[in-house]
Amino acid sequence: MTVQVLYFAALREALGCAGEEIALPSEVDTVGQLRQYLATREPSWQPLAAMKNLRMAINQGMASPDARVRDGDEVAFFPPVTGG
Amino acid sequence: MSVSVQAEDFDANQELDKLTAGRTDIGALVSFTGLVRDSHQGVDISDMTLEYYPGMTEKALADIVAQAQSRWPIQGVRVIHRYGRLLPGERIVFVAVTASHRGEAFLACEFIMDYLKTSAPFWKKEGTAEGGQWVDARESDEQARQRWS
Repeated sequence: MTVQVLYFAALREALGCAGEEIALPSEVDTVGQLRQYLATREPSWQPLAAMKNLRMAINQGMASPDARVRDGDEVAFFPPVTGG
Repeated sequence: MSVSVQAEDFDANQELDKLTAGRTDIGALVSFTGLVRDSHQGVDISDMTLEYYPGMTEKALADIVAQAQSRWPIQGVRVIHRYGRLLPGERIVFVAVTASHRGEAFLACEFIMDYLKTSAPFWKKEGTAEGGQWVDARESDEQARQRWS
């Protein structure tokens, strides 16, 4: 199972990464679990765990941490929005 | 209903003309334009850079417009939001609504802005003397959104 992960704004800067393709481990079912998995790979990924009020989206729709992630999904992590 | 996410500036007057051209059934035309200010909470701002999420941002704006259309009997809606590097005084966002009467036109325009501020994927970074600073989301914007529930 692979998913495309995107990072935006201050999170993207803190991680030094705009996006990556991830092979999902079998134990990762939800986007919350995906966040945990990605954030604990290495110390440089810690900002993904630490960011307060982190927002998540699956296939360009907002998602809660317990939403399921499936093969081929596009997942995005970003800070609360500040447009307008 | 028309939504644009673009780097280029827009002409608000032209957009208003387009909404009413050839129409004689419109009684009210309401619009809002958001602009870059040169200071924020006492700090001088030299520029503002807007980032967005290609694909999701357009969908989110279209969804907000659809919600406004289902809540009020409005006729046309036009939303434009820029991205990229903008200077103080430049236009950022434009929302215009047409309707038979002013009540629903005013309400729909305000609703769209309150929802755009809290759910459209854009992020602002301000240029200051201390370097670039990402703007924090504001509790007051979230409260403005919740008035509509």
